[in-house]
Amino acid sequence: MNTNPGIFGKKIGMTQFFRADGSVARCSVVDVNTVVVGKRTIERDGYSALVLGFGEAKEKHFTKSVITSFQKAGAPLKKEVRELRCAPEFAAKFELGAKLPLNEIFQEGQFVDVQGQTRGRGFTGVVRRWSFAGFVQTHGTHEYRRHGGSIGTNMTPGRTLPNLKMPGQYGNETVSVLNLKIARIMSDEGVLLIEGGIPGSRDGFVTIRGAVKKKNGGKKA
Amino acid sequence: MNNAILSTIENAQLRNDIPSFRVGDTVRVHYKIVEGDKERVQVFQGVVIKRHRAGARSSFTVRKVSGNVGVERVFLEHSPRVEKIESLSRGVVRRARLFFLRELSGKAARLKDERDK
Repeated sequence: MNTNPGIFGKKIGMTQFFRADGSVARCSVVDVNTVVVGKRTIERDGYSALVLGFGEAKEKHFTKSVITSFQKAGAPLKKEVRELRCAPEFAAKFELGAKLPLNEIFQEGQFVDVQGQTRGRGFTGVVRRWSFAGFVQTHGTHEYRRHGGSIGTNMTPGRTLPNLKMPGQYGNETVSVLNLKIARIMSDEGVLLIEGGIPGSRDGFVTIRGAVKKKNGGKKA
Repeated sequence: MNNAILSTIENAQLRNDIPSFRVGDTVRVHYKIVEGDKERVQVFQGVVIKRHRAGARSSFTVRKVSGNVGVERVFLEHSPRVEKIESLSRGVVRRARLFFLRELSGKAARLKDERDK
């Protein structure tokens, strides 16, 4: 599991900006005004994590038990609450109710992994889901234009092999995009710019962490 | 583009030293190019056949005929690599996209100058 330092936030959209050398950086913009609303410790819970909250929320939108749990933790009410598994040393650094300092967690140019929920497309045919070519549209093709074709042989092996590309649910799954670069950190606004696309729609929630497949969690030595 | 954060990022990129020009104008674009470790300015002169107006992401396409070959280049309007844009003459055109010029050549591909109207 990726337990590198990270944060979660809301995808705002995409934009571009000019780098110092005049080239263009196309990047996703993530709002990460996230506050610590609780902690999980190994002694009490068996694992170590930060509980993070995002977005203003009104008291009338919660039940009393939820409000009490916020109050017990001494944290402000937050709309979206998520746990971020991390090393105990990282969790110990922050106090409840504190905003996570972007400049300490990330560096500009650092490699990160971004996890999010992709846009759901429902039950989808093979042409859209797997980029199959379909069939010729003319020469007498009848009710077979967007089909997948054959799904196997006859006697040997006498069954359809597993993991064959077929129609089915497409999207609405949790996906991580690895090794994206942090283009810019705007710590005053609480905004991260990440080069390239990230999963999910606008206003979708994403988790950003140091890259697992790079040394030093993607940071420069 | 209605998000406040996105527009602050993009508005910071905007340049206000760009002269006004229109589709149909003949322009001369001074563009910085990097060759190895050296930087020099290249001039590209031609007719603006398309403008894409999108704030800091705006671009425009310039077409010229070099020898017998049509050459089109897309420039980012607010790029720091665009050093200067000179507007040489203003053409009389009736549409926003002059893609019909691609099919024309020689005398037929000329545009009427606004001054001779």
